[in-house]
Amino acid sequence: MKIDAIDRRIINATQSGLPLTTTPYAEVAGWLGLDESEVIARLDKMMARGVVRRVALAPNHYALGVTANGMSVWDVDDNRADDLGAQIGALDFVSHCYLRPRALPDWPYNLFAMIHGHDRDEVERQRQMIAALLGDACQANDILYSTRILKKTGLRLRERG
Amino acid sequence: MRRAPLPPDALDAIDRLILNQLQEGFPLSHRPFADAAQGLGITEADLIARLQKLREEGAITRFGPFFDAEAMGGAFCLCAMAVPDDRFEEVVTLVNAYPEVAHNYERDHRLNMWFVLATDKPDGIERVARAIEADTGLKVLLFPKLKEFFIGFRVSA
Repeated sequence: MKIDAIDRRIINATQSGLPLTTTPYAEVAGWLGLDESEVIARLDKMMARGVVRRVALAPNHYALGVTANGMSVWDVDDNRADDLGAQIGALDFVSHCYLRPRALPDWPYNLFAMIHGHDRDEVERQRQMIAALLGDACQANDILYSTRILKKTGLRLRERG
Repeated sequence: MRRAPLPPDALDAIDRLILNQLQEGFPLSHRPFADAAQGLGITEADLIARLQKLREEGAITRFGPFFDAEAMGGAFCLCAMAVPDDRFEEVVTLVNAYPEVAHNYERDHRLNMWFVLATDKPDGIERVARAIEADTGLKVLLFPKLKEFFIGFRVSA
């Protein structure tokens, strides 16, 4: 286990966001009965171990007009998928990029990249850019647009795990 | 969460600078807003007030630490089903009834239902997937993450 009970309390206290006060880490520390320096040091350590990916702001891309998105899927040569996946993940319009198992015969695709644009034309242009980047390493591709959100709940950690 | 674009005049140049710059990171320090404000050429008080406003307008999804849920012991798996059109609403109800179904989307493909299972322990994924198959009589395809690639996603404000 990479985190202990105090780390977990810090996660629970901050997973809906940092307070907007001049000393937000001191405020969180106050809630938990810890020192500010311990909260900062633990967040720093969790960042070094990858438990915290980053401390940052995530804009609401819908509010900024980036309202079209599609799940693009690619059948990529297994020997080249690691290298090419890294290149696709680094594109600024790709929000998620994963290597997943194929489910033959139903599903030949092993690389999934979620792409976002201002409209569907832009998303299709982005898909063409990925196709060009993959070149002959990709046998087939498709894109799945969401037509309806059927359920959306936050992925929240339970108080005790 | 707000899904509609903001009116074009909702954000000024400083707001856009804040949205663009703080995507890259926020300091872990005693006065992080003061530190971040310096790089933006504004005061600490102005930065806090603008973030408050941006949050109220719905321009920000999240502000703070981003955690890797898997590193904390949870398990996640993308799943897909091919649901016959005439059974779609019935199957939505059956699938969504599981608290482990975190989100669920209808998509324009033969595999027309895509959802994420989130469980406390890794062995929960298989168990819930089999239970959904038993409830619906339909096959659940599992697409676990084999590898995640570094994400460069940035929205330009």
